[in-house]
This record gives sequence, C-alpha cells and structure tokens, in this order.
Amino acid sequence: MRKDDLRVIGFAATVCLVCSLVLSATAQLLSDRQAREVELFRKTNVLLAFGVNVRDEAGRRISSDEVDRFFADHISEIFIDRETGSVLEGVTEIPPSERRARTILDRSVLPLYIWKDDGEVTRYAFPTSGMGLWSVLYGFVAIDRDLETIIGLTFYDHGETPGLGGEASEPWFMNQFSNKRFFADGQLQRIEVVKGGVAARYPDGSDHAVDGISGATITGDGITTFLNRDLYYYNRFFATLRES
Amino acid sequence: MAKTRDILIDPLSDNNPITIQVLGICSALAVTVKMETAAVMCIALTFVLTLSNTTMSLLRKVTPGRIRMIVEMSVIASLVIIADQILRAYLFDISRQLSVFVGLIITNCIVMGRAEAFALQNPPWQSFLDGLGNAMGYNAVLLTVASMREILGSGTWFGMQVLPSAYMGNGLALLAPGAFIIIGLIIWAQRTIIKKYEDD
Repeated sequence: MRKDDLRVIGFAATVCLVCSLVLSATAQLLSDRQAREVELFRKTNVLLAFGVNVRDEAGRRISSDEVDRFFADHISEIFIDRETGSVLEGVTEIPPSERRARTILDRSVLPLYIWKDDGEVTRYAFPTSGMGLWSVLYGFVAIDRDLETIIGLTFYDHGETPGLGGEASEPWFMNQFSNKRFFADGQLQRIEVVKGGVAARYPDGSDHAVDGISGATITGDGITTFLNRDLYYYNRFFATLRES
Repeated sequence: MAKTRDILIDPLSDNNPITIQVLGICSALAVTVKMETAAVMCIALTFVLTLSNTTMSLLRKVTPGRIRMIVEMSVIASLVIIADQILRAYLFDISRQLSVFVGLIITNCIVMGRAEAFALQNPPWQSFLDGLGNAMGYNAVLLTVASMREILGSGTWFGMQVLPSAYMGNGLALLAPGAFIIIGLIIWAQRTIIKKYEDD
C-alpha cells in the first residue's frame, strides 16, 4: 500500500462522515414538519373521496384550518377488526406504520371514516390500495349509507407510467366509479375495470363495470383485484350494519 | 483568469448551458408545464449549483485527483437531498408535482460539469459566481419554456388567467413533444442571434 492511499481513504471517510452528519441533522430538523404535511395530505384526500371540493378555482389546496374544520364538523374515524368486522371500541389512533401499510393484507386494523350531516350518517370512506403494474396505487373509496353504492374513488399516489397507467388518477377514469353498485341481491358484486371498454362486454351497460385504460391493462386488472378485495374485507363490517 | 463579470454573464447567452451546451434537457422538458413547478425547480437548482461549485472549489486543493468525481457526487447528492427535504417540509404540493425531478438534479450534467470544468481550477468566489451564472442561464431558458407552455397550453401564467377564457388550451404544448419543439425553436433563435454554428 502506498502512503498516498491512506490519505485518499482518510479523505473519503471524512467526506462520508461530514455528508452523513449534515443529512441526518437536516432530516431530524424537518421531520416534524414533514409528518404534519403528510397527515394534512391524508386528510385532504379523505375529503376528496367524500366529494368535498378541496381546490379553489386557481387550483390551490384549501388551508389546513379548513381541512380541520371539515373533520371537526362532519368526519369521525372508527377502527374495525379485519377478521371479524367488528368495531374496536376504545381505539382512537393506529401507529403510523399501520397508516402507511401498502395493502389491506398488511393491516390488522381497518380505518373507516364516517361523514355525518347534522348528526346523521350519510357516507363512509376507507383507504384502498394495491399493486398496479410498477407500483402500489393508494386511494380512498367513498360509499353511500345504503351500503350498496360507490360515491367516488380517488387515487392520490402511484408510480404508474404517465399517460398509460397513470391515467388511473385522472378524473375521467376515477369519475366512472360514481354510482357503481358493489352490493346487490344480498351479495357483493364484482366491480370490474374492463379491457376494451364496457360497451364491448356489456352492450346494455353495466352498474358494476368501468372502461379500462388503453395500454394499461395490468394496472386496470390490479385495480379490479384490490378494489374488490378491500370491499370484501370492509363488507364484513357493513354486513353487521345491514343486520342491525 | 476570466473577468468576474464575464463569469456571471457568459452563461446567460454566449455559453448558455441549455441552448449552447445542450445540457440539462431532461428536467427542462419535464417540469415546464407550469410556471410554478419550473420556478421552484430553478430555485432548487440554483441552490445546488452555487453551493456545489463553492464547496468543490474550497476542497480543490485537498481533494485527491483519483477520487475527485466520487467526492463531487457525494457533495452534489447531499445538497440535492437537503433541497428535496426542505421542499417536502415547506412546499409539499409542489414537491409532489416535481416528484423525482428534484432528485434527478444529481444527474443534471450542468452541476457536475461546472464542478469538473470550473470549480476545481478556480477560487471559491469565482466558482460561486460561475455556479450562479450557469444557474441563471438554465433558469432563463426554463422559465421561458414554461411561460410559453403554460400560456399556450392552459391560457394561464403562474395560475393567473392571461388569455380570454374562450381560449382553448393547446394540448400539444402540455406534452413532452411540445416542450421539444419550443426548446428547439429557442435554441435555433438564440444561435442565429449570436451567430454560433456547430463546426462540421
């Protein structure tokens, strides 16, 4: 080993040490604020699923105070045991790791948002997520108090190809889910993203199918799979509501 | 040694990193749909480029030549991560729209190019100015492209309505090919004005 080599290694080690110290300090300083932003983003997306207009005309998001006001006036959150569908009394928050779970299969406790108008329940919403082609798609589903009709579906995060699978988070695609029926005749109906379009498979139209995205069949199939899976688990809770 | 003023002014036109050297095109295409994202990208790149140039210039006499590129990458990557973290904390919405492109400043050829070509041979103050000048050259093109794309594509500028609402947005301007065409036209116009031609 040449004498010069030691100096090179020493210099490289110093650079690494200084860089890592600076980066850890930055991450530490900003982590609280970042966590607040992520939380606000989650709440804003819950509002979006419930059909609240979360952007003004210029496309700016409503303020965190307004978001909090909606939550205080209308929204409460309950937690449901995934396997039994029963409400977990006394649970008011779940650990952040559960919040960030990739899919329902990684959760044991399921969050459910309830929207009340003047004390009366009118809508429910819950997270839905699963694999598309490249990435996990994260979204929320809102359903009507009849426990049969989807009010809206929104995706707020994914890494699908813009213009192909990425169209999943475009209004034209998401709006199709409004008024689809996931429960009829006493059983769950399969919500379908149809390759080639609904009209080709159901000439008379369908109340549980939506048009797929051309060039994004696998993303569409993924959505079909995880949306029905999540509806299946949440339906355990809805079944208890229907009985009572 | 070049005059201080030239270091700052030269990259704005005669040696513009985008239109003359054709570096940093990827982000110039990706973040210029709207002025808002383009402006934030400009600020992030200015931050990274000036500080990486200054840091590398300060380290130029102690950095071993054999590992200088790795050292450059470490400094640049650290600065980019800091910029990204700050955006996530204070401009969450925009940082989501910029997504990977802030991280990709690391691979922006302008940043490493200036560290290699200038900062390693020049004192800190000149290197700082060189970083600032090149960032401004990049920003000028980015903001011009973004202005044209947002106005032609959406009829707005920084989200404000500038064309009558009857104007139908030109979808091509919002897509990547639109950006290619606009950048191509700018390069053509500028090279014609300053009479810069590629040698055969």
